[in-house]
Amino acid sequence: MTAFFNTDIGIFILTVLESLAVIVPLLIGVAYLTYFERKVMGAIQLRKGPNVVGPFGLMQPFADALKMLVKETIIPAGSDRALFVLAPMITFGLAVVAWAVIPVNYHWVVANINVGILYLFAISSLGVYGIIIAGWASNSKYAFLGALRSAAQMVSYEVSMGFVIVTVLICVGSLNLSDIVMAQRHIWFAIPLLPLFVIFFISGLAETNRAPFDLAEGETEIVAGFFVEYSAMSFALFFLGEYANMILISAMTTTLFLGGWLSPIPFAPFIWVPGVIWFLLKILVCLFTFIWVRATLPRFRYDQLMALGWKVFLPISLFYLVFVAGVMEIFGWLPNA
Amino acid sequence: MNRLGRMAWGLVLSEILAGMALTLRFFFKPKATINYPYEKNPISPRFKGEHALRRYPNGEERCIACKLCEAVCPAQAITIEAEPRDDGSRRTTRYDIDMTKCIYCGLCEEACPVDAIVEGPNFEFATETREELMYNKAKLLENGDRWEPELAKRLELDAPYR
Repeated sequence: MTAFFNTDIGIFILTVLESLAVIVPLLIGVAYLTYFERKVMGAIQLRKGPNVVGPFGLMQPFADALKMLVKETIIPAGSDRALFVLAPMITFGLAVVAWAVIPVNYHWVVANINVGILYLFAISSLGVYGIIIAGWASNSKYAFLGALRSAAQMVSYEVSMGFVIVTVLICVGSLNLSDIVMAQRHIWFAIPLLPLFVIFFISGLAETNRAPFDLAEGETEIVAGFFVEYSAMSFALFFLGEYANMILISAMTTTLFLGGWLSPIPFAPFIWVPGVIWFLLKILVCLFTFIWVRATLPRFRYDQLMALGWKVFLPISLFYLVFVAGVMEIFGWLPNA
Repeated sequence: MNRLGRMAWGLVLSEILAGMALTLRFFFKPKATINYPYEKNPISPRFKGEHALRRYPNGEERCIACKLCEAVCPAQAITIEAEPRDDGSRRTTRYDIDMTKCIYCGLCEEACPVDAIVEGPNFEFATETREELMYNKAKLLENGDRWEPELAKRLELDAPYR
């Protein structure tokens, strides 16, 4: 058996299986994240949320998916057909592809590459293409404005996010995500790098176009932003992509700052719990916060969004990067030094 | 506090955290929603819902075609035509209410001298077509027969205040 998995075909099959083992739970997770969001938002607004389809409304995501599948896909007459169809695929595809490098447990990772964090960063930067292409191909002013807003926003927040990641990398001395998690055995980076953790999380909100930075969609001013013209399954792909990105950012936050699969309390009964459970729990906490923030804060004005990104987060993260690097150098804590 | 101090304090996100604490408290509060189609709010005896034409206990229809309701209706939703019946009593031959015009003011039942036209407790009479909302005499009488126990109780409960 092991011999088979060392041949070319064996490795191929193994990779496909590993990918499926990540993608299928991810898709189910996305489906239930929509349910989770509606339930949590409902509870915060003293409502019940979906509770009719199945026990506690648990079948609601499937009912919604079915509805999306049987609806008509409308391609606007003035649109660029090829790009119009391509855009949601890009968005969704990128949201899934990024999961290849996320370690869900010790050695549980599809591609344990040494530039994992760079790969993640590159993929999340590419995400803006799906949105720009969608906005452009729709040939609609709302979609176009939404796409412009979204592009500017994602590019702005990526800068401070990049500095935050660099700071973490200075503390770890490796770009490998598993190494980053293992470096947090003694203390999660969320504690010594608390301001950066907060900045990273808030930038994550902006990066995924979530409230209070959901100007790209801005229901009240530009209808639904870059995906106004989309319907049925192409709309569903955007929707899935957005939620998959939320899970991805939560996973990144978990990996970089919350100690990935590591147990929060490093002794007896807690270290017996499988790492995956801890990993999923931490992601769940992040996702809850995502939704919690959405239910709490009103949408930012666009100039406030830009001011926050460039005038607050960028200087702070830049300063912190230099500060951390200085402290590490002075005390000789630099890894691989 | 000076401007710099306020900016620095803003970085602590104290206000945002206070807001989040508030929403978290609401998260654990009991829900205000009722399970609507399975659970309903109580309604007042004065509730003005779907119209009905009532009958006397012997089955004779109450309406005497005085047309006061038609006259008082501010939306002019009621159309009545009347003729003497074979036994000489005056009755309506046509009693239509256009439910799409009706504003549910209740003036028709106020005007009625014999408590024939009433607005009942039913508010779930949505239809799939507009035509179904053009109620005729048969439909109104049928409503009356269907809701009579509740209609009588409702009039009795409201009587002391009239």
